[in-house]
Amino acid sequence: MAVAEVRQPAMRDESRETLAVRIAKLPVHLFLLLIGILWLIPAAGLFVTSLLPAATANARGWWHVFSKPSETTFANYRMIFHNSAITHALLVTAEVTIGATILPILIASFAAYALAWIEFPGRDWAFVTIVGLMVVPVQMALIPIFSLYNTLNLYDTVFGLILFHTAFALPFAIFLLRNFFAGIPRDLMEAARIDGASEWRLFFKVVLPLGLPAIAALAIFQVLFVWNDFLVGFTLSQDNQPIAPALAGQLRQFGSNLDVIAPASFFSAVIPLTIFALFQRYFVQGLLAGSVK
Amino acid sequence: MRAVWIPLSFLGPAFVLLTVWMIYPAIRTILRSLWNNQGDKFVWFQNYSTMFSDSVIHTAIKNNIIWIAVGPLSVTLFGLVLAVLTERIAWASFFKIVLFMPLAVSLFAVGVIWRIMYQQNPDQGAVNAGLNTIHNVFKTPGVLPRAAPSSPAVTDKFVFTKQLSPGGTASLGLTGISPQDVPSGAAQAEQPKSKPGAITGVVWRDFKPGGGKPGVVEQGELGVPGVTVALLQNGKSTNTAKTDSHGAFTFDGVSGSGYQVKIAPATFAQPWQGVQWLGPSLITPAMIIAFLWTAVGFAMVVIGAGLSAIPRDVLEAARTDGASEFQVFKRVTVPLLMPVLTVVFVTQMIGVLKIFDIIYATAPGSVTNDATTLAFEMWRRSFLGENAFGIGAAIASFLMLLFVPFLIYQVRSQRKNA
Repeated sequence: MAVAEVRQPAMRDESRETLAVRIAKLPVHLFLLLIGILWLIPAAGLFVTSLLPAATANARGWWHVFSKPSETTFANYRMIFHNSAITHALLVTAEVTIGATILPILIASFAAYALAWIEFPGRDWAFVTIVGLMVVPVQMALIPIFSLYNTLNLYDTVFGLILFHTAFALPFAIFLLRNFFAGIPRDLMEAARIDGASEWRLFFKVVLPLGLPAIAALAIFQVLFVWNDFLVGFTLSQDNQPIAPALAGQLRQFGSNLDVIAPASFFSAVIPLTIFALFQRYFVQGLLAGSVK
Repeated sequence: MRAVWIPLSFLGPAFVLLTVWMIYPAIRTILRSLWNNQGDKFVWFQNYSTMFSDSVIHTAIKNNIIWIAVGPLSVTLFGLVLAVLTERIAWASFFKIVLFMPLAVSLFAVGVIWRIMYQQNPDQGAVNAGLNTIHNVFKTPGVLPRAAPSSPAVTDKFVFTKQLSPGGTASLGLTGISPQDVPSGAAQAEQPKSKPGAITGVVWRDFKPGGGKPGVVEQGELGVPGVTVALLQNGKSTNTAKTDSHGAFTFDGVSGSGYQVKIAPATFAQPWQGVQWLGPSLITPAMIIAFLWTAVGFAMVVIGAGLSAIPRDVLEAARTDGASEFQVFKRVTVPLLMPVLTVVFVTQMIGVLKIFDIIYATAPGSVTNDATTLAFEMWRRSFLGENAFGIGAAIASFLMLLFVPFLIYQVRSQRKNA
């Protein structure tokens, strides 16, 4: 909102632009147009490749199809949706994504509320620890968790992946939500406390509704992050792998199987792209609120 | 009593998850790095000395340095330039969506996308196809990349052996031209006719089914059009001509003697082979380009938000004081943006150090050893075949050490805000 307000005077300036100014800006327009086109080419390449039979995609580059559009076909997509390995992987991805989005947001909201509004000894240290944990790379946990999961029979389970993603999402989520919750007017909280509301009631009736914008941003962030995960799923599962790790085996004969890997990769990108396109505004807000992950 | 239980019940679930999935494993990994790969013998720092004497890990460290030195800086600068430029155009929001879009795509898919882009053959990989178009502007590929002389009358440098004077003729026969290599529009070749005051000749495909006589123009043998022929006098080029559809060429207005005829070497220029992006030497730069594709949009949007938060009157005041646009940018905009630029830079540093998916998906198996980084090597040693958990844990611990400065930065900047 603030962005739009700042922009308005600039827009008015634009309508008053003289012809000379417009011509002077031409190189900027052309440069940005060129960059925009360059940015679209790789994604277009994947999409067009996904519509070609493997032999065609291998013989010549995908752009040749523009002189022969009749070669495109949706047969590849029909094929991957009848491939149980791929449909299973997509299902696992959806399950892990839903679980690993709801769970960390819930747990992080609790923690963030306590860190923002409940006085207790060691609170600052707890928060500093959480901020520090934001930087810990996944690589630090893989070996012990791999062993632990084998002992606990969590290896190759959707639940195991959800718990791992949840834990690693918490530091950033707590950080973001704590800073957001801390911005709730103190008077509002004091008034509710004087009315005798318990901490839990305060959390569900006051903080959670007010925190919705931050929670929405976080949810979109987390959906994209978990859906697009490769490393965790690849390391901690085998027969129940999410889509990206499930496709990894296909890389070995890259080329001859473009009719599988291209449509599957493209389809796996369609869902995060759609979510991104629909909720872009929240996503950007989330990024701006604390762009470290 | 109540005062302790309430915060504990709010923090409990987070505390359990963070302890079991992050703090315990981190400590465990550091301890594990002091045990051998099987985990049955305490070896002190032996894994670290093994690790630092391993040539593949040297490559990984070298690649990490390249990624760190090039990636975050390019992303931040490119993002800054685009953020400033998009401030001036009406279609900025559309442009931002286009550049931002790759961020929603998994890095694994990004790897697949760029692997398709980077195929070496300019007819298959879009990057090389683009470069090929530029390349062909400066250096056209020859009409006959694979031809050879058909008879001893033409040397292997494609010079007609006979010395010529005005009225002389040259028959330059070629073989080794496959039917699909014959330029389109080629017509029946004819024996050159002598013309006074001129040197004439023919370049033709000296082959017909069944063989034919080498060095003699026969029925069914095609001329080669579009070939550049040079006229040499005493070894120096004096004139050039192009063959017509019958393969014939003419140099008019020739006097004196000691002429030779030669087919210009450009005729035989090989078509461009394409840059080997996915080969051992260019794989890291190639992957950094793929990374830029995903990350620049993020930088642009974050920096753009920072830009629009700069008060307009500060910029106006500088302009009124007579500062040029560039001075305003350098002296006012950039210093005011510094906090945002730092955040973008640090975020990219952290991202680059963790990079794994792009390497796995982009680098073909044959160049994995050239493309690897510490984050990748940690995973490869630990989970691919050999299960060398000792070395893997040592690499992870070393990687963690590289993250410590960012950890300190993070904690400090939070302290400052609080």
